Amino acid sequence: MVADGVEDEEKWLSAGMAGLQQNAFYMHRALDSNNLKDALKYSAQMLSELRTSKLSPHKYYVLYMKAFDELRKLEIFFRDTISLGFSIVELYELVQHAGNILPRLYLLCTVGSVYIKTKEAPAKDILKDLVEMCRGIQHPLRGLFLRSYLSQVSRDKLPDIGSEYEGDADTVMDAVEFVLQNFTEMNKLWVRMQHQGPVSEKGKREKERNELRDLIGKNLHVLSQIEGVDLDMYKEVVLPRVLEQVVNCKDDLAQYYLMDCIIQVFPDEYHLQSLETLLSVCPQLQPSVDVKTVLSRLMDRLSSYAASGVEVLPEFFQVEAFMKLNNAIRKVTEAQADMPMVGVVSLYASLLTFCLQVHPDRLDYVDQILSSCVNELSVREGLDDSKATRQIIALLSAPLEKYKDIDTVLNLANYRCIMEYLNDSMRKEMANIIIQNIMNNKKTISTADKVDALFELIKGLIKDSGVETPDEPEDEFKEEQNSVARLIQMLHSDNHEEMLNIINTVRNHVLMGGAKRLPYTIPPLIFSSLKLARRLEGQDQSVTGEDVSVTPKKIFQIVTQTIDALASIPVPGLALGLYLQCAEAADDCDLEPVAYEFFTQAYILYEEEITDSRAQVTSIHLIIGTLQRTHAFGVENRDALTHKATGYSAKLLKKPDQCRAVYACSHLFWIDDHDNVRDGERVLLCLKRALRIANSVQQMANATRGSSGTASVVLFVEILNKYLYFYEKGVPQITVESIQDLIKLITNELRGDNIKSDAVADAFFSSTLRYIQFQKDKGGAISDKYKLIVL
Amino acid sequence: MNFIIDAFKPACHVSVTFADAKLRKQVALKKENGQTEMVPLFRSQDNIIGTVSVEPVPGRKVEHKGIKVELLGQIEMYSDRGNFYDFTSLVRELDIPGEIYEKKDFPFEFSTVEMPYETYSGINVRLRYVLKVTITRGYPGSIVQFQDFVVRNNSPSPSINNSIKMEVGIEDCLHIEFEYNKSKYHLKDVIIGKIYFLLVRIKMKNMDLEIRRRESTGSGTSTHVETETLAKYELMDGAPVRGESIPIRLFLSPYELTPTYRNTNNKFSVKYYLNLVLVDEEDRRYFKQQEITIYRLAESSEQAEAL
Repeated sequence: MVADGVEDEEKWLSAGMAGLQQNAFYMHRALDSNNLKDALKYSAQMLSELRTSKLSPHKYYVLYMKAFDELRKLEIFFRDTISLGFSIVELYELVQHAGNILPRLYLLCTVGSVYIKTKEAPAKDILKDLVEMCRGIQHPLRGLFLRSYLSQVSRDKLPDIGSEYEGDADTVMDAVEFVLQNFTEMNKLWVRMQHQGPVSEKGKREKERNELRDLIGKNLHVLSQIEGVDLDMYKEVVLPRVLEQVVNCKDDLAQYYLMDCIIQVFPDEYHLQSLETLLSVCPQLQPSVDVKTVLSRLMDRLSSYAASGVEVLPEFFQVEAFMKLNNAIRKVTEAQADMPMVGVVSLYASLLTFCLQVHPDRLDYVDQILSSCVNELSVREGLDDSKATRQIIALLSAPLEKYKDIDTVLNLANYRCIMEYLNDSMRKEMANIIIQNIMNNKKTISTADKVDALFELIKGLIKDSGVETPDEPEDEFKEEQNSVARLIQMLHSDNHEEMLNIINTVRNHVLMGGAKRLPYTIPPLIFSSLKLARRLEGQDQSVTGEDVSVTPKKIFQIVTQTIDALASIPVPGLALGLYLQCAEAADDCDLEPVAYEFFTQAYILYEEEITDSRAQVTSIHLIIGTLQRTHAFGVENRDALTHKATGYSAKLLKKPDQCRAVYACSHLFWIDDHDNVRDGERVLLCLKRALRIANSVQQMANATRGSSGTASVVLFVEILNKYLYFYEKGVPQITVESIQDLIKLITNELRGDNIKSDAVADAFFSSTLRYIQFQKDKGGAISDKYKLIVL
Repeated sequence: MNFIIDAFKPACHVSVTFADAKLRKQVALKKENGQTEMVPLFRSQDNIIGTVSVEPVPGRKVEHKGIKVELLGQIEMYSDRGNFYDFTSLVRELDIPGEIYEKKDFPFEFSTVEMPYETYSGINVRLRYVLKVTITRGYPGSIVQFQDFVVRNNSPSPSINNSIKMEVGIEDCLHIEFEYNKSKYHLKDVIIGKIYFLLVRIKMKNMDLEIRRRESTGSGTSTHVETETLAKYELMDGAPVRGESIPIRLFLSPYELTPTYRNTNNKFSVKYYLNLVLVDEEDRRYFKQQEITIYRLAESSEQAEAL
């Protein structure tokens, strides 16, 4: 059925085209032979093809364009005829003898355009006559095309200021009047189109009307091009008249398109100066009109106008653009109670963009917008709509992007209120955006109050919401928590007291985060605290007594409590690491008892919580490393700690681990820059013990596998390296002989028949030997020592 | 061949020439045989002055019993073809009985001839003016020659010429108000007006303005009325809505109109009507007919001449 319709249409179109072309042919012949009578006759017949009712707008346009081309030729002929002395007045009458109205009016418009050119009558009179006569076509489609033809042939002949057709005073008015009238009539026809024909084809008609809309819009474009339309005339005449038509036509399609058209074709400056008039129309539009898009476009235009230069901003202030827009939005939202949330929010988002552009300094405006938005959110329902939430995110992101400063945003009281309305995942996303913004702008946040506010904003990331959320992907969660961790690093105040407050605030927030988050959030907090502690330590000498409230001790107390929170999770490895970090910091601050306490905590954790052998190995190395670097401990404490550490080392499960831990322990007894810790005996003891363990590793390997693995050889080489290290440091107990023996031992091992050669061990050993050789050759005191070693 | 025709040719050639033939306007006149001929145009009260020439065929003489010229105003009903009713008849004797041997001119003059009716050629009736030259002979019969001419009478512009304004309609269906700027139009006039739609409940397709001529002949029971549509002028295309007003501008010049003849010698009358026709989508026609008076206004060139 539909296909048939399309086919039929094709047929009708080609029939129409054929008829048109045939008559055009006769017309050409008449033109060539200068036969006016025939020219009129055949052109009228040609134009009769446009009387069809069978074509859709699209196809009709094809026909119209063809006729349009032909009429250009006719117009040239008319012009020639006139220049040969034929009276234009007579010609103007002659074309009106045509019996059919449509061809008659096309011809009349064509002659009319020639008439204006001859200037034998004022352009305004001819235009007025033409636009009046066109009323005879009440058929929407044919009327629209006829009037569009009129507009086309007249647009360069309007009695505009500076135009050659300008008459005496006030002729611009006539030009405007003409275009307005044509526009009004066209719009009426266009609207009427919707109401003619069966209801079932409503959708089709809407589509067809959309295809035609530019014909109507072109009039507005012509209006905007008239030189004589200055701001005053625009405000007093053009805009009110156009808007009157817009409101009165009561057609949603037309209203939306025309409003948009007005916004697009006239200059920004005019919009600004006539804002009130333009906005007052919005609440009067049909409820189904997409006012929000209209307003958004307007605000976008004004925003970009404002962005065009600082010099235009005073105009905005002068007309109180913001207040007007704000009022308009309020009215529109009131008038259209069932406007979807997404519309409301996007309106406010546009207003906000505008506001940020025009009044970057008026935070109160921004807050006002947010507050209106909060009101809307509280009244309306359905923020489950993902588009609406997207808009809210855009709304909330705008100030961030504009001010590039979270401080400013934190001053907006309503900012947080809006975030309350987001669902969990959106809130998280917004929090991420905020953090990202802070990161990108690299601005630190320096007061506890702001930190508190900020953490309120991003609490979606900081703690679980009451409701059970579906498990989100691990990666995403990690990413989020990592950004929180990064954020914590951005909090900084040069004032110690404030910094402590910040730390406390963050701690309060972070501790609510639950087991999943703490491992991510606590470490940066601890480090940040330790940084403060160290800073205090560095300043203590100079500013004594001033920051009485803030002491390293106090910080360490907080830190201890904070780490305690990790115990419940449990992540003993992490806690242990943090304790050791604290111990080191305390050590730096010369707080021996505190440092000792931290070590104790670490040891307890090691003993009680860390059961996995791999974790133990890692932990023990951490302990040894940290302990090695401390310097605040007295002999007694140090002994206690080192003793424990060596003890742990020897009790590791795997022999190679044992071996390595034990030889690492040797460092605890000889520290170059520490005069009290130079116990060569115990170094040697450790190393010997390590050798013993390595031996037993070898024997075990022999016993279980029948052949000795190379693992032990690597251990031997490692121990050899330790020997060389201490030998170099001048530990008296490390003798050349012992080194010599060890080298021999390793050489034998490597050459033994019953082992496969091992590339790793080989390489390790030979590079060690090369090192010895290198030291020998280098010269100097160390070299002398090495020369004693015979390879 | 010429020889045979010559034998039946009249013995002489008779022609009528008007004294002011060169200055006088010539108009086309449709003759009975369908051909048109250019003939001089006169008005009532004009002097009709001319010359009748009688030119015998060389070598022959014309013997006659007197020559006269008549000016006849005739009305012919087609229902009674061939019978002319002379409403005007004037005679001038040109020559006493005698013989004519060579070409001879006879001047004649009808002064200030009263010719109240215009030449008219309608569907059922014809009104004509003719000069009839008769050379009376016993045998072989009189020689008669006709010379047609046309009479048109200008009227002054009417002193009262009201517009025609009227509201018509079908209840709850269609109400329109129309206005023609005058009730009396001259032949080259323009009808200006507008149609205002007060109520439209039917789907219009288009609207035409027709000019209709109503020719009625005879009187009493034998009155015969013939109506023809001389112009059909489309005013509107498509369906208007309430409140629309459609302009009318109809030039009368392209149409072959005559003035309105109210009562021509009690024989016939010709009246004109404007018929406004609305056609709806089902091709139903709604119309309203209004009489207008058409008169002949002196053409500007003639007026200039009169001055």
